[in-house]
Amino acid sequence: MMRGCLAIYYRELLILKRRLPKMIPTMSVSPLLYLVAFGYAVGHGITIDGHTYLEFLIPGLVAMSSMTQAFAIASEINIARFYWNVFEEFQSAPISNMAYVTGEVLGGITRALLSVVIIIILGLIFGVRISCNPLFWLSVFLNSFVFASLAVGMAMLVKSHADQAMFSSFVITPMAFLGGTFFPVDRFPEWAQKILYFLPLTHASKAIRSTSFGSMPDLFSFFLLAIIGGIFFFIAFNCVNRARD
Amino acid sequence: MIRIEDISKCYKNIHALRGVSLHVPEGELFAYLGPNGAGKSTTIRILTGLTRLDSGDAYLNGFHIEKETLKAKRQCGMVPQSINLDSELSVFENLDIHGRLFNMQRKDRNEQIQKILEYVELNDRKESQVKKLSGGMKRRLMIARAMIHSPKILFLDEPTVGLDASIRRRIWALIKRIEQSGTTIFLTTHYIEEAEFLAKRVAFLDEGKIVAVNTPERLMSQMGTWAVDRILDNQIETEYFKIREKANRYIALQEEGLTLRRVNLEDAFLKLTGRKVK
Repeated sequence: MMRGCLAIYYRELLILKRRLPKMIPTMSVSPLLYLVAFGYAVGHGITIDGHTYLEFLIPGLVAMSSMTQAFAIASEINIARFYWNVFEEFQSAPISNMAYVTGEVLGGITRALLSVVIIIILGLIFGVRISCNPLFWLSVFLNSFVFASLAVGMAMLVKSHADQAMFSSFVITPMAFLGGTFFPVDRFPEWAQKILYFLPLTHASKAIRSTSFGSMPDLFSFFLLAIIGGIFFFIAFNCVNRARD
Repeated sequence: MIRIEDISKCYKNIHALRGVSLHVPEGELFAYLGPNGAGKSTTIRILTGLTRLDSGDAYLNGFHIEKETLKAKRQCGMVPQSINLDSELSVFENLDIHGRLFNMQRKDRNEQIQKILEYVELNDRKESQVKKLSGGMKRRLMIARAMIHSPKILFLDEPTVGLDASIRRRIWALIKRIEQSGTTIFLTTHYIEEAEFLAKRVAFLDEGKIVAVNTPERLMSQMGTWAVDRILDNQIETEYFKIREKANRYIALQEEGLTLRRVNLEDAFLKLTGRKVK
């Protein structure tokens, strides 16, 4: 299984390497705009829990960006499946579905980690240094694992690129804004907080923010992300199994 | 060796395959001939693990394709009908990924890639991005990729579709060379001349059923040797003759507009199914 998984991951790395000169600016534009618009313009003078809004925002952007970049692997799989037909090459190779899913999820996690590095650098440019301790990276990893696994499952379920875009518009984008990224979830009405509690990004934002401030995180968030990630990974594995006609 | 026993496949209400049985011995170049939608690609997709079969059994070199999937997949190389290369990556990278998928060690991979690129005459394009290759080069690269792990069985699904005549002939020469190396080749095509030129044996597939299996010569000889075509309003009426003189005499007795030619597999297919291959 290991070699099959590494072959899939290696392909993702090669594609990433080819696109890197274009991807780095693309990954930088949105966070940069959020930092300028929300961090400087809107959030100027605002403090949340003793931190400036910019300090509050950067971990939120880390959570959001790692989610969107990990989930972006779904588009890559769809392109490989519907336009390049490369998915058939993997299906006809002697590798297990588990190896395929693991390789793609690792690909998604790598993209996510890259985007986090970009945000950390942008943060430094804006004068904010976050604590990049092991727990911070663990929370980023778990968040990426959740959404990369979701992405692989979704990529197998959708029938076209348009379906994929629809899922992103109705699920990923709202979550990106409401999952505690730009403002604390406790500013919402109580009924809304109850709903938002079930979003994985809410827990990811919480874990990433507390670890980046150097405080002890709520371990329940880590536990929950690991469980959700495991469930999505299992679903992805089953979806790949069913992807054969 | 390929053994197929009574396989069937149904997509919703469409019966793609209805009880197909076949045996292709080791080292044979076998052609699967039929019109579009006859079930050719479905058979290959089943044999290479891309599609599940509804009933029946299929074996590649003795390995059951559903029960021993990974072992069965290791036996074969697959060249699908549509180009499925990573166009952003280089020729070498495409081959390298395939070698990794088939669990080849780095040294073996590099040696095989070098060898196979020379074999398909693409060694000077090793570092080129795939999207910069011509259609014929991409086809040769796909064959090279399928051969990199030295499979015992090679599946070619319409390998020359959409290529011009000269490139098609080049691909045929390559397929012939692969056959000479002892690889079993299962080829689907709807090009009559491709099956005639390449195959040792041919199966006619029509509406998901095999209607005949034999050597091209035997299938054609059932019709005679010579055919005289008469072009009517919207169709061609054909008379068959064993001896050329008889065909010439027949032409002499008729009005003008008749064409004499050799019998081909299309004639045999038409007789058995009432339909043309193309």
